[in-house]
Amino acid sequence: MPQISAMIQYRYEGEGVEGFLRRGPAYPPEFHLKLFRDMFRIRLIEEEVERRYHEDQMKTPIHLVIGQEATSVGCCVSLTQQDLLYSSHRTHGNYLAKGGDLRAMLCEMFCRANGCVGSRGGSMHLIDKSVGMAGTSAIVAGAIPIAIGAALAARIKREPHVTVVFFGDAATEEGAASESLNFAVLKQLPVIFFCENNFYSVQSPLWTRQPPRSLSKWAAGYGLPSVQVDGMNVLAVHEATRAAVERARSGGGPTFIEALCYRFRAHGGAGDDTRTGYREQDERQAWDEVDPLALHYQYLTGAGLLSDAGRDTMRDEIVAEIMDAFDFATNSPNPVEADLYRHVYAV
Amino acid sequence: MPWDEGLVNSLVYDAPDPKEGRVLSYVAALREALDLALEADPAVFILGQGVDDPGSMFGTTKGLHQKYGRERVFDTPLSEESMMGASAGAAMNGMRPIFMHNRPDFILLAMNQLVTHAAKFHFMDNGQTTVPMVVWAAIGRGWGSGAQHSQAIQGILLGVPGLKIVMPSTPFDAKGLMLSAISDNNPVLIFEHRWLMKKDGIVPEGIYKVPIGKGIYRRRGADLTIVGASHAIELGLNAANKVASEGIEADVIDLRTLKPMDVDIIEESVKKTGKLLVVDTGWSMGGVCAEVGCLAAERWLDHLRAPVRRIGLPDIPTPAGFTLEQFYYPDVERISGAIRDLVRTRSTVTVP
Repeated sequence: MPQISAMIQYRYEGEGVEGFLRRGPAYPPEFHLKLFRDMFRIRLIEEEVERRYHEDQMKTPIHLVIGQEATSVGCCVSLTQQDLLYSSHRTHGNYLAKGGDLRAMLCEMFCRANGCVGSRGGSMHLIDKSVGMAGTSAIVAGAIPIAIGAALAARIKREPHVTVVFFGDAATEEGAASESLNFAVLKQLPVIFFCENNFYSVQSPLWTRQPPRSLSKWAAGYGLPSVQVDGMNVLAVHEATRAAVERARSGGGPTFIEALCYRFRAHGGAGDDTRTGYREQDERQAWDEVDPLALHYQYLTGAGLLSDAGRDTMRDEIVAEIMDAFDFATNSPNPVEADLYRHVYAV
Repeated sequence: MPWDEGLVNSLVYDAPDPKEGRVLSYVAALREALDLALEADPAVFILGQGVDDPGSMFGTTKGLHQKYGRERVFDTPLSEESMMGASAGAAMNGMRPIFMHNRPDFILLAMNQLVTHAAKFHFMDNGQTTVPMVVWAAIGRGWGSGAQHSQAIQGILLGVPGLKIVMPSTPFDAKGLMLSAISDNNPVLIFEHRWLMKKDGIVPEGIYKVPIGKGIYRRRGADLTIVGASHAIELGLNAANKVASEGIEADVIDLRTLKPMDVDIIEESVKKTGKLLVVDTGWSMGGVCAEVGCLAAERWLDHLRAPVRRIGLPDIPTPAGFTLEQFYYPDVERISGAIRDLVRTRSTVTVP
């Protein structure tokens, strides 16, 4: 991890590429290939969404995860389907990594009746409880209290699953985050606070919002194990999450994970908005050097686990799946008026 | 003695008829409902600031933490928003939390989780999740409660889809509506009134439910319709009984539930009497009084024989001082005056 940010004084205190290369061989080849394929799939889906966004048929705000694939994949590979994941507005990577159905996701983006939530959610609310993608909030820290409640329920019912909540750096600035950390530590809840620190809240850089100290240190003040990891490094994310999951499952309480990462696109919509001036081109380009896919691909080719031809075959398979899913979505029915009146109250 | 104990003790209520059954105080009826629910369903738990302290939420949770353990009845940090969200999160995962507050004013800290999360999840995820939770608070009045310990916020929440709002007025209803709210699969707000807490009434033993969304006639009469809930409709009923000696007979409808509102019962009565007085413990502007008044204007204008009257709070924060309070709150005198005005009013609407 060569450079955190040109604008932001922020010291990276985790392990970089060296640790990744050293520990890589400890994992079986299939595992490494799965990590790469899952990230590759998310990247290709996002690129196709982005490519078609200007057609205005996906009438939903989008928050692309291009550049942040390693956090979702590295985390979710450490979870079972019964483990719960709550998320924010940037849901695509979370939903797909947790096992959410691609067709149902695209139907949701195209506002179709058979979207994963029947066209009530759009891009920000991709939910599928059957795979543990349990809920999202578009109010930055909004899902954090919900997640501690889910963990509380698991505790009271003596259920073995853990709850993970994804949120961005800015969520730590809302009071609900502080309140929730305090309560989770007080009750030693089986919950993992997964903070994707991409250094920006929309276009407001971290340094205008917080003093120069790491979020992992801020969280540690609440009295829970708190780690900072290289969020561009899928194996580092996996290892941090695995340790946190083991702790939570064995009754060891909550963990805070700060994953340093970077979004390659605008906060919302298609394309990169760096030219608008809120972040510098040098900074943006420096992060290309640690693209999570390139980094892992480099390792796989170096270890003789994947070749260019193998990657191309993988791409062809994924692209075929994506094209099929887009066709399915664009040929799916629109909701009818009667659908609007359903599920206002539960019976 | 709690700060307003003396004031509440001084309030005189009609003595219940002991021949009709067991008499319990309002607080005891609520405590019994909570006790029965905890006993019947392991998914039920209670949280809130001080639910296990000696005051025990006006006595409604007294001893329950000893009986059911502190995993099911527990004190919370002063983290209103997060505890509201945690209640919702637990409810979304198989539990039935009851989140209790001394005063509704503190719920305002938790509006994000209540309004933007708990009320919306069932809709947002297309019915995958239900959010069966109860949020309980007692509206304060008197003895210096002032602007920040007296707010009756039901009007603010009336326009939030997905919420249910319950406001009992008798010990019987307090227990029966609490049991209904706990078994309901939606977020249900229960707003009690501090001045009802010492009221006695007939309360059957065991589990029974008062249906949510159904109002009830407390009194029948042909001259006008009085609509309201909680402490306000108790004042309305007292006022109606008072003017009966002058030959004025009112329908008194206790809505019991503000949302969903029992529009049918109001319609039936207004079409009969042609005159409507709405009473509420909250502000008239944009609140319960405004909503019911608007319904009448929108749907039953042809039946109205006088302008709708509202007796709620003026568009002013609550003063703490005793003297100013007397000018601020509605009482039986003011409601009686409004009744007399309404009954005297000739039709201002030309009915063809």
